[in-house]
Amino acid sequence: MRFRIIVLAKQVPDTRNVGKDAMKADGTVNRAALPAIFNPEDLHALEQALSIKDKIPYAEVILLTMGPTRAAEIIREAMYRGADRGFLITDRKFAGSDTLATSYALSLAVKKLTPYHLVISGRQAIDGDTAQVGPQTAEKLGIPQITYAEEILSLDAKKIIVKRRLERGVEVVNSTLPALITVHSSAPPCRQRIGKLLMKYKHARTLTELQNETKDYTELYNERPYLLIEEWSAEDLKADSQSLGLSGSPTKVKKIENVVFQHKESKVLSNSDKDIEKLMQTLISSHIIG
Amino acid sequence: MENFYTDNPHLRFHLTHPLMSRIVKLKESDYSQKDKYDFAPLDYEDAIDSYDKIMEIIGEISGEIIAPNAESVDKEGPQLVNNEVRYARGTRENHDALVKAGLVGFSLPREYDGLNMPHVPYVMSGEIVSRADAGFANIWGLQDCAETILEFASDELKAEFLPRFNKGDTAAMDLTEPDAGSDLQAVQLKATYDNHKHCWLLDGVKRFITNGDADISLVLARSEEGTTDARGLSLFVYDRKDKAVSVRRIENKLGIKGSPTCELVFKQAPAKLIGDTKLGLIKYVMSLMNSARLGVGSQSVGLAEAAYREAYKYATEREQFGKSIIKYPAVYEMLTNMKVKIDGMRSLLYETARYVDLYKCYNSASRERKLEADERQEAKHYQRLADMFTPLLKLYSSECCNQIAYDAIQIFGGTGYMKDFPIERIYRDARITTIYEGTSQLQVVAAIRYVGNGGYLSVMRERAGLRVNPELEYLRSSLEKMTEQFARTVEKINEFSDNEYFDFHSRRLVEMAANILIGYLLLFDANRSDEYTMSADIFIRKGRAENVAAVSFINNCHPKEVNDYKL
Repeated sequence: MRFRIIVLAKQVPDTRNVGKDAMKADGTVNRAALPAIFNPEDLHALEQALSIKDKIPYAEVILLTMGPTRAAEIIREAMYRGADRGFLITDRKFAGSDTLATSYALSLAVKKLTPYHLVISGRQAIDGDTAQVGPQTAEKLGIPQITYAEEILSLDAKKIIVKRRLERGVEVVNSTLPALITVHSSAPPCRQRIGKLLMKYKHARTLTELQNETKDYTELYNERPYLLIEEWSAEDLKADSQSLGLSGSPTKVKKIENVVFQHKESKVLSNSDKDIEKLMQTLISSHIIG
Repeated sequence: MENFYTDNPHLRFHLTHPLMSRIVKLKESDYSQKDKYDFAPLDYEDAIDSYDKIMEIIGEISGEIIAPNAESVDKEGPQLVNNEVRYARGTRENHDALVKAGLVGFSLPREYDGLNMPHVPYVMSGEIVSRADAGFANIWGLQDCAETILEFASDELKAEFLPRFNKGDTAAMDLTEPDAGSDLQAVQLKATYDNHKHCWLLDGVKRFITNGDADISLVLARSEEGTTDARGLSLFVYDRKDKAVSVRRIENKLGIKGSPTCELVFKQAPAKLIGDTKLGLIKYVMSLMNSARLGVGSQSVGLAEAAYREAYKYATEREQFGKSIIKYPAVYEMLTNMKVKIDGMRSLLYETARYVDLYKCYNSASRERKLEADERQEAKHYQRLADMFTPLLKLYSSECCNQIAYDAIQIFGGTGYMKDFPIERIYRDARITTIYEGTSQLQVVAAIRYVGNGGYLSVMRERAGLRVNPELEYLRSSLEKMTEQFARTVEKINEFSDNEYFDFHSRRLVEMAANILIGYLLLFDANRSDEYTMSADIFIRKGRAENVAAVSFINNCHPKEVNDYKL
């Protein structure tokens, strides 16, 4: 059996170089003005997966992403770097998903890829910055999660030891497999695209993409089935339609304001019930939630 | 994300030149490898798309890794540790990135794990890497040695050495000796055949060897005892694993400090013969040198591009007397002249690369099948053009990159003289380009042959006859006049039948030819894209003025006046 590693990744607008037209008047992101890129921390996650594959030749790296047709680009990007294949979760029914609905869809897709050993994702995406999708997916899969991973110290068929990068130092934890880890940007950057893999996989397309191609390469896809990127719809995932997209997303954006950062401060809380209670009260009293 | 390919649209312009379709078709043997290799191109568009994407990787590695490392590499330089060359940290990182991206063995055939890239994209990779760090470009560019092995070595040697390039083995060409610099016929390093060990053994000293401690070295040595000229020299390949060469020192240089320049001592070093004995210098090294000169051309264009970008940026940001200095005629003229020269030298670079591609493609096809008569003629035609254009390229681009780096520092003023900006490193790095792989003076010697035998003139006249868009006709007609002025000047010098007089004016004549030939190239670039009209116009007008000045000097300097210059 191959050691199966599933990388969860997201195509995001490049918010690192935002111009004046980055936001629309209604406060939503103007995706047309920002180039779509591979979420940076997901690239760190991919590197972790690929470096496991360097050491364990029977490991298999599968990239899983949810998004519109064009998100297939990050599956190709992953294949150029050494991923074996990828699946695009795409359906109009997924539109408007918040982190809860997204992690629901992702967890169904991961289950479809059972048996798997490791699920790796970036800590958070640069568009939403929630850092919730990884942990929520692990919860739904009922597997252990290790967030803020910086380095995989050891790995065998049943166990993983990971160094976590936390605000005030590092922590070494171990876990049974399968597990989900989210990778911090302090982990090594992803390797470059590899010349021959790029030339090999550049024709990889989803069926939807193929329908829009001007050139007919039908024969090529018959000869090289690995070039066809599979798309999974809500139906393929046997998803409950109430848990998808807008209807599955309890998050509602009430208002968006432009803020100018003046102070940068943070409070450190322990995970005691008392501290969490205090935090909740603060958040409610300042109308951040509720 | 810095990408030195995608931020420079001129590169894609040259990568998609109309002549590429013939080059790619030949290089890919009519796209016959697609069933054998899953990364081989399916057709012309597919091939160009692959080149484009590979260039993007080179551009990204150059912009994100090599360029940011350049300063520390320049400071740290390579070290000699236990008789071994240890690259600077940044150099190792650069090399690793390119190896891991699977890009070494760039132009080797796929059967040797190469990428089967033509010269045009290979030369382009050299330009891009040089813009990031010209010193590192030497380590990247020495994969030229693989081509010499491919063209001339036995199948056995090819199988032994060629696949090692893609795995990251580095290479060196060991030619120069203390008493054999420009004059390589004087090489003395001795090669003797050992009948017991059944191999050649090398003994002697090599000096100024770039990347001297490489994994694979091509060594020029005297295999014929008692000879003193080129006919006694053969070419060998030495494997570093044999540990029979010691590095005596690493030179402390003005520039390209990241590239280790070594003095090597060979002691009974086992080596394998490439091709036949006695053809080492006459055939193999001559071919290797032509590739190396193309390499210096690409290095010069890359350096010039880097210098121009630095100067342009500074000139727009720096304010004096209440406005940015780029607003002053003295400054914008310098910058525009830089840009125009770069467009010209780049056009010459890729034109030369295309000629090299075409004749080499035919040569390699001839190893597999008998060429048709018209193909043989084409091969000969393009080889001649490559021979004509290579010294012109080396001369013109290296001299221009020095002028451009000089002017770039001028634009920075006092700030440019400090170590705070990359421009002072670029200036130092540029200085070597007119010297190594044949000095400018030797390029003139190689090029003047085609002034004397009418080679350049026939190319000019053929181009004068090509049609261009009506709005560019005035430039074509201007070049036609320059062509005839050149013809008259050469004729006039020849009337004296005085070799020394001809030699005395040779550089002027070669530079006149360069002004005209590059003028034609820019004219055809402008014909293909409006982007180049301004450069063609300025280049041709300036070239015309320079040629008038040269003619005026020549007309006023008769054979007897040459004596005034003798010291």
